[in-house]
Amino acid sequence: MLLAVIPFGIITGVAMVASGIPPLVAMLMSIVVFAGASMVASAQLLASNTPIVLVILTTLVINLRFMMYSASLRTHFAHAPLKQRLAVAYLTADNVYALVLNRFAEHPDDPGKFEYFLGAGLLVWAVWQGAVLAGILIGAGVPPAWRLEFAAPLAFIALSIPFLRDRATVIAALAAAVAVVAFQDVPLRLNIILAAATGIAAGLVFAKRK
Amino acid sequence: MTLWLTLIGMALVTFALRAAFLVLPPGIELPALFRRALRYVPAAVLTAIWAPEVLVKNEQLPAGVVAIAVAWRWRMTFATIIAGLAALHFFAWLK
Repeated sequence: MLLAVIPFGIITGVAMVASGIPPLVAMLMSIVVFAGASMVASAQLLASNTPIVLVILTTLVINLRFMMYSASLRTHFAHAPLKQRLAVAYLTADNVYALVLNRFAEHPDDPGKFEYFLGAGLLVWAVWQGAVLAGILIGAGVPPAWRLEFAAPLAFIALSIPFLRDRATVIAALAAAVAVVAFQDVPLRLNIILAAATGIAAGLVFAKRK
Repeated sequence: MTLWLTLIGMALVTFALRAAFLVLPPGIELPALFRRALRYVPAAVLTAIWAPEVLVKNEQLPAGVVAIAVAWRWRMTFATIIAGLAALHFFAWLK
């Protein structure tokens, strides 16, 4: 789990400075945004002079899954103090969510849920920021022949597979994959939004059918 | 300036999404359709992010298939990345 954060963090750091973001701003972005996939996508968009509104819209779509995580975490933290809920919100990342939810599923009445989340979240956060910093320092120093940029989609393959829990979620993923390719020529990267909507609709329809 | 606005915008949007349901008061229930739809968000969104890189770029397709198989069988992110990168170089070397 932690090991995987390292290559993805390095790629994110490299991608940000490669797109012309100054190193200090890139590090600050990593700390305040703390969402690798959206930062890699935004870096590419910024490099091609995309309007800021679209960069933020793309960020919104790519990070829409965090809203789902927050709905799911709400069942565990609804009665926690606000400051704890805000800390949980900031530290929510794909792998933290997956790790913590698996644990909560096995120990539903664990009294130390916040402490467990905080521990996992801070550990992932620290390793992630260290990896991004390393990526920023390496900068363009990684030979392109290594094809390290392919590690980003690979990380997302690994993240997505555990969410394919039954036929309906598999259908949702397949429909999203077909749609994102079919809508590829739609401008402004809107194909990701369309694919997300298609996949969700396909999952809902399939589940209803039974 | 543009860069700073982008940074602030991204940070606000991302935090708002993360906090959305965590800051709602405990009494409020979410609509049933919305709750059912959320279940499919990670599968759909995460797949939509990687699918173009694997399905559109033909030379990356075999490596993507290897990575999917490794992820499916072992569920280990690091192993998936290593296997995928190794497969990418192996298939490029074969040509």
